[in-house]
Amino acid sequence: MNLVIIDYGAGNIQSIIHAFDRLGVQARLTKDAQAISSADRVIFPGVGAAGSAMSQLRATGLNELIPQLKQPVLGICLGMQLMCRHSEENNTDGLGIFQVDVVEFDNTLLKVPQMGWNSLSALTSPLFNQLPQDPYVYMVHSYYAPICNQTAAVAEYGIPYSAALHRDNFWGTQFHPEKSSQVGSKILQQFLSLTS
Amino acid sequence: MLSKRIIPCLDIKDGRTVKGVNFQDLQDAGDPVALAAQYAVQGADELVFLDITATEDARETMASLVLEVSKAIDIPFTVGGGIRSVSDVEKLLKNGADKISINSSAVRNPQLINDLAQAFGSQCVVVAIDAKQIDQSWRVHLVGGKVPTELHLFDWAKEAADRGAGEILFTSMDHDGSKHGYAIDALARLSEDLSIPLIASGGAGTEQHFLDAFTQGKVDAVLAASVFHYGVIPIPILKTYLASQGIPIRK
Repeated sequence: MNLVIIDYGAGNIQSIIHAFDRLGVQARLTKDAQAISSADRVIFPGVGAAGSAMSQLRATGLNELIPQLKQPVLGICLGMQLMCRHSEENNTDGLGIFQVDVVEFDNTLLKVPQMGWNSLSALTSPLFNQLPQDPYVYMVHSYYAPICNQTAAVAEYGIPYSAALHRDNFWGTQFHPEKSSQVGSKILQQFLSLTS
Repeated sequence: MLSKRIIPCLDIKDGRTVKGVNFQDLQDAGDPVALAAQYAVQGADELVFLDITATEDARETMASLVLEVSKAIDIPFTVGGGIRSVSDVEKLLKNGADKISINSSAVRNPQLINDLAQAFGSQCVVVAIDAKQIDQSWRVHLVGGKVPTELHLFDWAKEAADRGAGEILFTSMDHDGSKHGYAIDALARLSEDLSIPLIASGGAGTEQHFLDAFTQGKVDAVLAASVFHYGVIPIPILKTYLASQGIPIRK
């Protein structure tokens, strides 16, 4: 299994590498377009702010490459948000893979960032096969994707929102599967065994 | 629904856990990596590692320990103790820490909070505050509680949040080690004042104390050390109890 993690300066990549190590797959960190295009699986990570992350992608041309990928691609946290049409964070245009606009939680009603373990419901993707009842995953975020046609899992924080998105060969999780204990590990395992 | 978090805290000295540990199936109670893995299996929602040596040498030891912990466990963890600069933090995050906590260095140089939030995002910046009551007023203390300051707990917590802290970890020195419960009134006020998550620390002795911190102190997470290390309150039993009392808990 040729698994790459897109390298564009996003933080805490170690955890993702270690999570795949535990599954017996060595992930390779790369910014090389050829290596990314020819990989079996692509992880699009992201921690930090939308504006600077998108600038990094544009500077390296990765913003053109990512939407054209044909193999299964998994965006994690900010990675998922950047795959959306737009983010309210730094008023940033995204990659437009998911037809939804990312907005900010209302911090007059909620503690922001949302930090901790939240439960998933309305799971509609093979990524979530074999999960236990009422699975909990680890979330850390201040912005969220509302429910839309491409919502593949729902979580609730004040309101229901997209915990995961799916379109064709693209998946995105707002949560961190690499930090979500056995539930997260199962999801990553499923991502590795997807057939499309 | 977002669940409330249970967080064991491990004190580290020269790369080893300090407080005695009472886990039957643990070969080496001083090995932080084995202990962390054990807590993860028991259902801890997060871990905090506090480096209480914090010399230059110890910081290198800590950085490599962070890497080992990150390889071994699949739940989030925070590292604190002796962090003074953006580059200190960069090294720890690169090695796999999810969050860092700063205490004395944030009081001495509050701009550090802004700088860290700017560089790495608020989500990984925990500001830890030790305070005790002097003449009815909660005063912030530094250097593990040894040095009193003029700062007031509620003012400092608010300032830290405004500067970009993603979370406040409040330890009541009056309650720490007492096993008589958390500082409920101060926690409730902090929780009311702040729009970022709050972690309670200091005073847990019974299951009821954890419940009170959530229901009356309105906190998002509870941290404890000795009741977990000595096996007084095993985490699975605590979680079952809290769930039975209507607290949202990760199963």
